Amino acid sequence: MKKLYQMSAVELGRQIRTGELIVKEAVDSCLERINEAEPHLHAFLARNEKGLEERICEVEEGIRKGRYHGPLAGVPAAVKDNICTRGIPTTCASKMLEHFVPSFDAEAVRRMEDAGMILLGKTNMDEFAMGSTTETSYFQTTVNPWNREHVPGGSSGGSCAAVAAGEVPAALGSDTGGSIRQPASYCGVCGLKPTYGRVSRYGLIAYASSLDQIGPVGKTAADCAALFEVIAGKDEKDSTSSGKPFEATQELISGGLQGMRIGVPEELLGEGTQEEVRNAVWKGAQMMKEGGARVEFFSLGLTDYLIPAYYIIACAEASSNLERFDGVKYGYRSPEASELHEMYRKSRQEGFGSEVKRRILLGSFVLSSGYYDAYYLKALKAKALIKKEFDRVFERYDCILAPAAPATAPKLGTSLSDPLKMYLSDIDTVAVNLCGLPAVSVPCGLDREGLPIGMQVIGNCFREKEILRTAAAYEALRGEFPMAQLQ
Amino acid sequence: MGKRIDDAVMDNVELLAKLSLGSEEREKVRGEMEQILDYVEKLNELDTDGVDPLVHILDEVNVFREDVETNGDGREDALANAPKSKDGQYMVPKTF
Repeated sequence: MKKLYQMSAVELGRQIRTGELIVKEAVDSCLERINEAEPHLHAFLARNEKGLEERICEVEEGIRKGRYHGPLAGVPAAVKDNICTRGIPTTCASKMLEHFVPSFDAEAVRRMEDAGMILLGKTNMDEFAMGSTTETSYFQTTVNPWNREHVPGGSSGGSCAAVAAGEVPAALGSDTGGSIRQPASYCGVCGLKPTYGRVSRYGLIAYASSLDQIGPVGKTAADCAALFEVIAGKDEKDSTSSGKPFEATQELISGGLQGMRIGVPEELLGEGTQEEVRNAVWKGAQMMKEGGARVEFFSLGLTDYLIPAYYIIACAEASSNLERFDGVKYGYRSPEASELHEMYRKSRQEGFGSEVKRRILLGSFVLSSGYYDAYYLKALKAKALIKKEFDRVFERYDCILAPAAPATAPKLGTSLSDPLKMYLSDIDTVAVNLCGLPAVSVPCGLDREGLPIGMQVIGNCFREKEILRTAAAYEALRGEFPMAQLQ
Repeated sequence: MGKRIDDAVMDNVELLAKLSLGSEEREKVRGEMEQILDYVEKLNELDTDGVDPLVHILDEVNVFREDVETNGDGREDALANAPKSKDGQYMVPKTF
């Protein structure tokens, strides 16, 4: 029989709803697992202990009285540390925000609470979500639950490692250039980056506002669908959030692959991709074909320009967004400064890590007078062409299938020395953010070292339904994916 | 390739970024920036004549709502996060 920590979020929620399980048992099983795993995993930056007992009782009663009736009522979850939680430190894994305690909840967190979910803690990440390994965290290094010599990916490495290790059945991450999908792939779990505008960014500490999106991490596509449904929807506090209605995602899960038109871009399965990753995605495509989908390879244009356009735009927006950290109203203030401007510069100099500074400097450069047109404006024009290319592709296909990363998780300590090389490894994920598309990463195999491989199903804007249906149908054909053994 | 960031440009960028890099860090990051800029200049291969820059991906524009107060002023909560405050105000070093 399955242990509680091995269950998916939806399974756990069902058992709680039917009364087979009480909320306290579900929470206790997670806490036990957290105590067991954390000493070497280091996925959590903070635990939510204060008021937890009361919350458990309140939810238990709320479920009995019908106040909480959704599929995730009573289900424990974790939240990435760049998403504000009232009364619980929210640090973005930065010295800059080491002591920052928000006075409000992010809208996504509020919706989780309203759905009767139970917040167990905040997860580690790359500092301000800038990085691909969670190693730029100021506080600690999270390891990959499948092999502790490897990174969990990033920037939502803490959330994905926590779900992979069974510490929580579901978590929130954020995705600006692949920060949910890539760590989900490295950790062998399922992660969804919703369409831009689907989930309110209110309370998400901004990195690149035109690209950022909060999304769910779970064990299965059904988990992601359920949590997505909880957090999605129009919010007046985020003017970019969309009021477009979405169909209930729960029943779609049984939709199957019949009639689905799936395209696989040759460019993302080329030489730069690890052979085992290529084979696993290819095998996944074959499986879907046998399952009734029409699968074909096609040529995706402009792939050489994805990373350049992405990094120019992301850094430009980061340099602007992170101006707010000046040591005045919140965050770190240098004790060394005697004058205001010196205080700004020293506080930022001492409060930010090197990856964050590099991106702020690059962003300041591409936006500066004399360079703006040549870099930033050029990148926005490239983005327009890239968007057009995807519009063309989605005339022919319902979904695009691609790796979630060109290789499996690298070893700890091998990525940060060469920033450009690290940026290049985002090739499979950044287009989705540039074009605002939804995409889900689903585990599709293991490499010879036993590290998970992830496959992305990408859809057109607001077509979460198609990609989740495709991912769920694929999971059914693939069979249950093993859980990390915490080695 | 890449010698676009001379001392004057670097001074300006550092000022815009409101950072004060140490000399060793400054040289290291300057080299990395040059390398990254060399790479992103690949965009120059693209013909973008007549292409409008795309800023916002969705077609929704000018979203308005009534300005209704939904919370209190939250002054104490906000000040609780301030590095330094006095008499209900943020405190900063002397400004001139």
